[in-house]
Amino acid sequence: MVDNVTAAKVPSGAAPATNRIGLTLAEYKGANSTLCDGCGHDAITSQLIKAFYEMGVDPYTVTKLSGIGCSSKTPAYFLNQAHGFNSVHGRMPSMATGVGLANHKLIQVGISGDGDTASIGIGQFVHAVRRNVPMLYLVENNGVYGLTKGQFSATADVGSKLKSGLVNEMQPIDLCSLAIELGCAFVARSFAGDPKQLISLLKAAISHKGTALLDIISPCVTFNNHEGSTKSYKYARDAETPLHDIGYVPYFEQISVDYEPGTVTDVTMHDGSHILLKKLATEYDPTDRDNAVATLHKSQQEQQFLTGLLYIDPTKPDFNQTLNLIDEPLAILKEDQVRPPKAVLDEIMDSMS
Amino acid sequence: MKTLAADCAQKQKKGRVVNDFSIQVATINGSGSQSANSVLMRSIFEMGVPVSGKNFFPSNIAGLPTWFTIRANKKGYVGRKRDVDILIAMNPQTALEDLKSLLPGSVCISPVELKLDVVRSDVKHYQVPFSELGAKTTDQIKLRKLLTNMIYVGVVGELLGIDEAEVEKAINKQFEGKAKAIELNLTAVKIGRDWTRENLPKDDPFFVEKMDSTKNKIMIDGNAAAAIGCLFAGVTVVPWYPITPASTLCETLIDYLKEYRVDKETGKATYAVVQAEDELAAIGMALGAGWAGARSMTSTSGPGISLMAEFVGCGYFTEVPTVIFDVQRVGPSTGMPTRTSQADIMSVHLLSHGDTKHIILLPASVEECYEMAIQAFDLAERFQTPVFVMTDLDLGMNHWMADRFVYPDKPMDRGKVLNAQQLEELGTFARYRDVDGDGICYRTRPGTVHPLASYFTRASGHNEKALYSERPEDYVNLMKRLDRKYQTARKYVPAPHVQIEPKAKVGLIAFGSSHCAVEESLDQLRDENKMAVSYLRLKALPTTEAVRNFVETHDRVYVVEQNRDAQLRDLLRLEMPDLSMKLRSVTHYDGLPIDARSVTEAVLEQER
Ligand SMILES: Cc1ncc(C[n+]2csc(CCOP(=O)(O)OP(=O)(O)O)c2C)c(N)n1
Ligand code: SF4
Ligand SMILES: [Mg+2]
Repeated sequence: MVDNVTAAKVPSGAAPATNRIGLTLAEYKGANSTLCDGCGHDAITSQLIKAFYEMGVDPYTVTKLSGIGCSSKTPAYFLNQAHGFNSVHGRMPSMATGVGLANHKLIQVGISGDGDTASIGIGQFVHAVRRNVPMLYLVENNGVYGLTKGQFSATADVGSKLKSGLVNEMQPIDLCSLAIELGCAFVARSFAGDPKQLISLLKAAISHKGTALLDIISPCVTFNNHEGSTKSYKYARDAETPLHDIGYVPYFEQISVDYEPGTVTDVTMHDGSHILLKKLATEYDPTDRDNAVATLHKSQQEQQFLTGLLYIDPTKPDFNQTLNLIDEPLAILKEDQVRPPKAVLDEIMDSMS
Repeated sequence: MKTLAADCAQKQKKGRVVNDFSIQVATINGSGSQSANSVLMRSIFEMGVPVSGKNFFPSNIAGLPTWFTIRANKKGYVGRKRDVDILIAMNPQTALEDLKSLLPGSVCISPVELKLDVVRSDVKHYQVPFSELGAKTTDQIKLRKLLTNMIYVGVVGELLGIDEAEVEKAINKQFEGKAKAIELNLTAVKIGRDWTRENLPKDDPFFVEKMDSTKNKIMIDGNAAAAIGCLFAGVTVVPWYPITPASTLCETLIDYLKEYRVDKETGKATYAVVQAEDELAAIGMALGAGWAGARSMTSTSGPGISLMAEFVGCGYFTEVPTVIFDVQRVGPSTGMPTRTSQADIMSVHLLSHGDTKHIILLPASVEECYEMAIQAFDLAERFQTPVFVMTDLDLGMNHWMADRFVYPDKPMDRGKVLNAQQLEELGTFARYRDVDGDGICYRTRPGTVHPLASYFTRASGHNEKALYSERPEDYVNLMKRLDRKYQTARKYVPAPHVQIEPKAKVGLIAFGSSHCAVEESLDQLRDENKMAVSYLRLKALPTTEAVRNFVETHDRVYVVEQNRDAQLRDLLRLEMPDLSMKLRSVTHYDGLPIDARSVTEAVLEQER
């Protein structure tokens, strides 16, 4: 489906493999990670690097924004050639909104954590989604505050246990069902330990116009990977129930997959890319919003860990369309485009004299 | 404290007091008195007499008392006059108190049924059967209440001798293009005028006489003036959250943007306005846009400033431009939302945790609201930092006479931004390297197509290359450089206005809307008390060398400001500790705009 060229596969001595815009995988990397070995966040970062590389996205056209947390450090670890901003706790969505308004040609990646989004930043999350600000909104969800050493976050499941033995009694905030409720037109849940599914979802999210929310279970090996945690690698691996097998065919490639009629749902994105969803145990239609909400509610009651593309509507207008902005980025408009002529000032002054 | 001030003595002489008085209209808010008040003010303006109008309104939509004061003054004093000369007591709820506050010899116009004449006999009463006259204006009960207000315009117009033709002009202006409304309002004014002519013999000293002082002038409020400034500054991203008294700044701006910044053919806009979910989001969006290269702004008041604190520190530390208007109201907390104050200056100057200090512009007139709005965007981009423009409710929401605004004569200053070609020529780039020694570094916009362009902005410790650092020397270098940048700003911000009286031992320092009271007070001190006093009007922080010189060359300097704690005085003491004993304070913080008489009395009191 997608050319799986990676730096690792290049025979020694030969020129490194490049993608469709002539860049090597190395050119999509960032600084070395300073996170704990085995942290789920690093696994997500490597899939992001691969996704951008394989999509052939020009790094100059990307911005990486984040709030505060271990997860929010990760924008430093990919796409060195893209501008980034590690801002303040919980406020990435507003910054990203501003960046997008200033330059709507940029592809924005917003990285957040479950603390950053579901607690301090829930208001900004809700409103960015409501506006449909074009961006990949990644929540690297480990059920705890990693950076402040392991307190529960608002996504911790009922009954989940901290290392200290403290048990969470409160209902978790399900960011996916909240996002669907708010009209988000791309909502997916995945797992840092399921790279195959994750990369397809990341690529689809890059193609999406508007807010694409990915809630990715991303185990914290230091504070929440023990027996009794519901966000550990082991728990997630055992409990993961994919809704479908996800394939992704970018607009610049031919679809050449054979499938039995009735087994695959093909979602066409606005840029002509395709998401191919292969049926597993039961039928799941990701364009049915009511069903998506019901499915999530049911999974929560049954403490199931559902992953996959939960909901998609490729036709919903994004924030820039709503505002009817001119095609040129506002940030680079010339003086004569933004400072009205003297006649306008005269007219205003006349109306006040 | 009520004193028998000079203007009272003048009144009792029973001479003619021409073009020098204040009118207070007491009504109930939501009763539609605004248009009557504007027409009255406008009529005096059309007579060529300098005038200003202030609205004292409750934080409420309808049903509570509200006052509108109009000051006419031939010398052009536009500050609040402490004592009211003519009261129009339309609100039965407050009539008694309003009447009690008058000085002997003042005028009271009231509905006859309130029988105010029995309350005070040392005031000249004109009692008018407003309801009866109101009934004659129209058959439509709904309109009657509104038109009854217009009747007092007729009464006052007749008593003061305002030409009918000028009132007509004012009505035409107020109801532009609405023929029916114009006709009805003209009728109401005429009913009031005719009844007064036939029934009320003139028996007070106050008159309006034609002058030539309003030709080529405009009437405008400070928020609209700032909005026009933003429009011509070329603002492109405007996130905001409503709050009194700042809302009308962005609301007016939105109207102008719709009118003048949308392509007539395609309908596409060269700007983006977002009503944010709160002030945290508003400042976040403004900073995001500023970081990405756009000219952004937001406007707010005290409570919003408090919410913005963390992000403003982030903008300072990561060096991102944006412009923030603080239209101050009375705090702390919710305080008195519809009353004026200058009590944010200290917290705004130092807003956010850690060592921060921000550039602030301090307009004192509507002209400066316009000019400094434009300047603020240039400074923000030049200094790559959030720049504040601080006004207040009095300046922002009240009506001021002004000269026509001047079209910007300089191109926009977009600051030190490198494009791909410049990066190529330089061959090297470090976001936070002080190449020019002025503390201001070069930046690149996201989206710049060059291998050197990108950098990673972080609100945590960083070195010249924008890499994470906790090294002591990196932090110290960074903080020193930020201070160097602040020192550079002293040479760029508007210098104060200085007025030296050759032999003066005493000086006054003021800023913002206190200016008009101080200007008038200087005349009072000179004319009534033979005191020559110098004056420095601060237009910005950081201060410039001129401020130090001013304090040095005077024995005692009074800093006049509208807050309890003498905030600016203390900021100046921090700037010049060696001169701190010379710095004294005059404060005024009751929520009403500061007035000249209070300043004069406070200075005399301390000089005694
Ligand atoms: C205003 C503010 N309050 C508190 C903190 C401290 N703090 C830093 S990170 C964090 C939680 C991060 O949790 P999460 O977003 O889940 O990220 P993780 O480290 O788990 O990836 C907190 C509370 C802060 N930086 N700012
Ligand atoms: S503390 Fe947890 S979240 Fe943070 S880096 Fe370590 S493993 Fe990752
Ligand atoms: Mg977390």
